[in-house]
Amino acid sequence: MKKRGNRRLIISLAVVALIYVAGFIVEQTCGSKSMAVTVLQKGAVYALIAVSMNLLNGFTGLFSLGQAGFMLIGAYSYAILTIPMAKRAAVYQYYDGGIVQFTIGMIPALLVAGIVAALFAALIGMPVLRLKGDYLAIATLGFAEIIRAFIQWDAIGPLTNGSNLLKTYPTLKTAMPGNTVLFTFIVVGICIGLILLLINSTYGRAFKAIRDDEIAAEAMGINLFHHKQMAFVISCFFAGIGGALLAMYQGTLQANGFKSAMTYEILLIVVIGGLGSVSGSIIASFLFIACSEWWLRFLDTETMIGDFKVPLLAPGFRMVAFSVVIMVVVLFFRKGIMGDRELWDLGSRRKAKGGSDIK
Amino acid sequence: MSESKNNDNNVLRLTDITMQFGGVVAINNLSLEVNTGEIVALIGPNGAGKTTAFNCITGVYEPTNGAVYFHGKPIAVNHPQGKMVKQYSGINADKYKDQKAVVYTPDKITHMGIARTFQNIRLFKSQTAFENVLIGTHLRRTSNFLTASFRLNAKEEKAMREKARNLLEIVGLADVGDELATSLPYGKQRRLEIARALATDPTLLLLDEPAAGMNPQETDELGEFIVGIKNKFDLTVFMIEHHMNLVMDISDRIYVLDFGKQIAEGTPDEIQKNPVVIAAYLGVDEE
Repeated sequence: MKKRGNRRLIISLAVVALIYVAGFIVEQTCGSKSMAVTVLQKGAVYALIAVSMNLLNGFTGLFSLGQAGFMLIGAYSYAILTIPMAKRAAVYQYYDGGIVQFTIGMIPALLVAGIVAALFAALIGMPVLRLKGDYLAIATLGFAEIIRAFIQWDAIGPLTNGSNLLKTYPTLKTAMPGNTVLFTFIVVGICIGLILLLINSTYGRAFKAIRDDEIAAEAMGINLFHHKQMAFVISCFFAGIGGALLAMYQGTLQANGFKSAMTYEILLIVVIGGLGSVSGSIIASFLFIACSEWWLRFLDTETMIGDFKVPLLAPGFRMVAFSVVIMVVVLFFRKGIMGDRELWDLGSRRKAKGGSDIK
Repeated sequence: MSESKNNDNNVLRLTDITMQFGGVVAINNLSLEVNTGEIVALIGPNGAGKTTAFNCITGVYEPTNGAVYFHGKPIAVNHPQGKMVKQYSGINADKYKDQKAVVYTPDKITHMGIARTFQNIRLFKSQTAFENVLIGTHLRRTSNFLTASFRLNAKEEKAMREKARNLLEIVGLADVGDELATSLPYGKQRRLEIARALATDPTLLLLDEPAAGMNPQETDELGEFIVGIKNKFDLTVFMIEHHMNLVMDISDRIYVLDFGKQIAEGTPDEIQKNPVVIAAYLGVDEE
């Protein structure tokens, strides 16, 4: 068993390395401005956020819709802490240069982004995690909206710049010029790796137990609140980092962009990928971003084939086609692309089912 | 009926437990005790309040009145409070007034050493049999989420797996460890649930209708199995059961509940001859 486990680990690592190399090559050959690079960047960021949401919704069974709010906290923490001193006066022009008068490095700022989001999660989790099912979803959605409104509040403008843009913070383009994909992949890869390690630890098993049957989990001595809180805080930690990465991807940051629609997008990715499957979330997020940003673009442009004007193709039609795709997926792949399995488990699980070589 | 006295052998002692939901009295002044190494059965017609009693012991419900002691330590003490003061229709309402109310959540009670199974099997359905048992070992962990994530608890993890594997072997499920728990046949699911409960290192095992849905042969095997694990793990067993053959075969003592009240207590022989019990089960001739 150990040998096989080792071999699987090596294969997985090799595949990951291959993906990294592929991402690197794509960027070098297509150039940083190409659509493929955009998709890889945004897809990777969304993958991290989707996996963090999956940790909560798919693995712990907590139906939370607060992801956009925690991303927002992470994004703002990152941006506020990294805007260069020289540019603060220009960015915070309505608030006398703001009150934060120091900057920290990009990587520490990413960490702080996660930690601030996690702190908020710990606070919000205390009352909210006593709720179950739909009620939890509504409460977290509400909190996310409150956070968005709060950040835009004029009174804390010196901190958050109110509803004005935050800009000039280090973005993907300036972080590792020419290697933006590799940078994103590395940060996202580390985060997802950490989540995977957690999921496969004894705590991950406890989370899954809570998802499967709360009453039985509690009877097994698992402290429900403690574990839910832990899953919530950790999920929001990575959502915060994801939010910061999204801010880096976007280049400018405004609270208005993080509406609940964003949470739904991520929820969609998680559901399409499969609740309880990390690899499913990753695959789905790249597919989702590729479809919405790239592959379905042609549907939005009026096209003429000879003299024939293709009907229906008009701005906005992309979303119609997209909705149909999603409905088909939900109808025919009820458990998403991966179900609750992982890509790297596909071979071995089937073997176990056949009962050929257990132990 | 014996008055419950402070016996050193007590593993579990319930005194004057009353559980009232709104106006419905599910358990009415139940007192019982389970001594070390015994197999005690709780029987009674449907709706007599047996599972409610289990839920009071394991912390799922907070009893309205009365106290539960585990190894002499109170794990639940309560008296009618709030609007229950007016509604309360049981007796001994004042007896526990001066005592501090004690409430533990089910997970804490499992920590103390009471493990249970459920009447309607509650296995973790998306997980394999092995993983189900493995989850039972989680509560005795010494790692935190960081040390567990970074695999600094490799030794403990290994011990957990070893223990889960052993337990599966003991309950005779070693060959189906990698199968989904819910794909197992019914009888094996029952055993798996017991194995999972054993993984929490209990001293008292509560079995809620372990033989439900089993045929006579399976029931006989289950009886031997329960006695077997009881001896192997130095357990005390308290069970709810409807199969009278099983109950009479393996239990040392039996409590009979009817409409939330204890109507009889004694050895299997005594219970079989007890006219009150027979009346409760078969009904009384009206004429």
